[in-house]
Amino acid sequence: MSVTAVPDVGRSEASLRRFLHGLSGVDEVGAKARADRLGTRSIKTSAKAYALDLAIRMIDLTTLEGADTPGKVRALCAKGLHPGDDAPPVAAICVYGDRVPDAVEALKGSNVHIAAVATAFPSGRAPLPVKLADTRAAVEAGADEIDMVIDRGAFLSGQYTQVFDEIVAVKEACGDAHLKVILETGELVTYDNVRRASWLAMLAGADFIKTSTGKVSPAATLPVTLVMLEACRDFRDAHGRQVGMKPAGGIRTAKDAIKYLVMVNEITGPDWLDPDWFRFGASSLLNDLLLQRRKMATGHYAGSDYVTLD
Amino acid sequence: MFEYAPAPESRDVVALRDSYGLFIDGEFTDGGGVFKTVNPADEEVLAEVASADSADVDRAVAAARRAFDTVWGSMPGRERGKYLFRIARILQERAREFAVLESLDNGKPIRESRDIDLPLVAAHFFYYAGWADKLSYAGLGGARPLGVAGQVIPWNFPLLMLAWKIAPALATGNTVVLKPAETTPLTALLFAEVCQQAELPPGVVNIVTGAGETGRALVAHPGVDKVAFTGSTEVGREIARAVAGSSKRLTLELGGKAANIVFDDAPVDQAVEGIVDGIFFNQGHVCCAGSRLLVQESVADEVLSSLRRRMSTLRVGDPLDKNTDVGAINSAEQLAKIRELSDIGEAEGATRWSPSCSLPDRGFWFAPTVFTGVSQAHRIAREEVFGPVLSVLTFRTPAEAVEKANNTPYGLSAGIWTEKGSRILWMADKLRAGVVWANTFNKFDPASPFGGYKESGYGREGGRHGLEAYVK
Repeated sequence: MSVTAVPDVGRSEASLRRFLHGLSGVDEVGAKARADRLGTRSIKTSAKAYALDLAIRMIDLTTLEGADTPGKVRALCAKGLHPGDDAPPVAAICVYGDRVPDAVEALKGSNVHIAAVATAFPSGRAPLPVKLADTRAAVEAGADEIDMVIDRGAFLSGQYTQVFDEIVAVKEACGDAHLKVILETGELVTYDNVRRASWLAMLAGADFIKTSTGKVSPAATLPVTLVMLEACRDFRDAHGRQVGMKPAGGIRTAKDAIKYLVMVNEITGPDWLDPDWFRFGASSLLNDLLLQRRKMATGHYAGSDYVTLD
Repeated sequence: MFEYAPAPESRDVVALRDSYGLFIDGEFTDGGGVFKTVNPADEEVLAEVASADSADVDRAVAAARRAFDTVWGSMPGRERGKYLFRIARILQERAREFAVLESLDNGKPIRESRDIDLPLVAAHFFYYAGWADKLSYAGLGGARPLGVAGQVIPWNFPLLMLAWKIAPALATGNTVVLKPAETTPLTALLFAEVCQQAELPPGVVNIVTGAGETGRALVAHPGVDKVAFTGSTEVGREIARAVAGSSKRLTLELGGKAANIVFDDAPVDQAVEGIVDGIFFNQGHVCCAGSRLLVQESVADEVLSSLRRRMSTLRVGDPLDKNTDVGAINSAEQLAKIRELSDIGEAEGATRWSPSCSLPDRGFWFAPTVFTGVSQAHRIAREEVFGPVLSVLTFRTPAEAVEKANNTPYGLSAGIWTEKGSRILWMADKLRAGVVWANTFNKFDPASPFGGYKESGYGREGGRHGLEAYVK
């Protein structure tokens, strides 16, 4: 694999545009058909048990409500640390920036990461200094992962350098914190846009690319994830740097989660089958994984009262 | 590493019998001899099947004639349509049983027999059921049936080819005597049970099993008004000679050596998927398989490295495992032929590559294989391999792509991969192939006619055009 320096395509609007529009296109029908076909894999017994625990370890357990309180965040952290039975803890707890201190307190001494959404999440409609201040505040409060949103308006109107420069600036404001860049694919609409935005984010320094805020429909879908995983794979082939991937929003069942893991396995290869490189942004997925896990252990489905609400 | 645990489909949904007879005049009867059919994945004998001699073929043709004269030929189209709809529904209800039996007898992966073959089989019966009472609106003139159709089908899509043959024949008022391939007779015999279940009048459908001799007896039988054949060009020629000079109508759907043409602006990931689907679908046992990849030189390296990576994820093995992508080669003879042509490819200087995959010890297996550095002069670029073997050639301009694509004795199908719509239309106009797919490959639909140019045969199956072959 040839490792070359990231091209200096961000230098001018024209060079960035030429680069992004020079990427191979995505045939929508073909991408959907491939995603559908991967979804028919039959994952049973030992493979299923492995996948269920891996999925739990990949969850960014999330609450992003206007009504979030310290109590709600503490409860979520407790659940993330001890999901039930002997299930492993989740990867991270994801909250709004102002709730980070609650999570820091609750997760003290554990390896569970603290992710904060920043940059005027979910719309991204704020001046850059505000977005940077939002980011710095979250990092200073103790977040070690920042989920930023891109300016979809700028992207759709073709102002790629503005989007690029914002990501670069936020990455710098993150310091040591990992940066996840949310493309909000539901608003980008076409798969060509998704592929271009993925490359744009990776070129600008993203550590992760993420589908959605969860506030826009459609959120994560299998075909969108397919296109983004292909971009991650191709980016590493071209530049030698591995970037993580996080589908978020609407992934509620173990069955769906396993489809995503199959896709990771067959599109990027197993290098990405690790919480360092693949995450699920989800809140209700965890309980279904726990129920399926219990089903595998006992042979019976337990009711929803046998897993905790939060 | 995420290893998928075995996920086998159950064999219990099929009640395999030890022996199967011929289906003549609505009943199962003995034949002149017997032969065995094996599971190509493990060489286990599945059943003994009756072999029809010329006396058996006589009986079958006579039964078909009787049914044509007394019931089927004069039955109103709306009544025939009811039978066809009933058959289609029964096939849907018993789809799982048929899919498992097809995978057992043929070696194709269950995910293909389940997700592709069976849905298409039912769709063909539904489609032609719809035509049965509308023939006067098909633009075919008076649309009277021909009489008795003798149909000989291949082993690559045993039940689907049966559907392609029987559905339009019955819809137009013909009766049939069908001979399935020697290595894959079982789903046709299960279909005979469906005919009984649907209470189809005796003699309308007759199934005679056997090898080449049975086929020859059927094709040459003076009581047959129409011959329809799908299979090799070599046998097709023999049939054309046998039928020449008689009043029999003939349609032939023969071999192919399709070009799958990838331009530098193609969506690479989807093109690679189409290349894989084009040649590794059904182990490459597809007459319209995209066995010649023509890739524009400027993107050849990129496309080929993506292709190799994709091929490394193909799962080869137990056809009944729901995660298997590539199953078994249908027979020892076919495996020998694939090996021979591949060896010749190497000997003639092409570069051979296969992903590392462990093949089962028993059964007939051949790893997905790609040959690069192939030129038009190589035999693997000219002859139909009918196996999971892809030959890669390159081109520089659209005109060169057209010339190379057409430079073959065959003309069944072709594929074009480009984001440029005008180029798709320009190419489709110039390619001498019965089907041209754009940014996709191996897509079938009962409403779409299918058939070839040159040595790929003549006549069309499917769609309104498919009716023409069965009416006068």
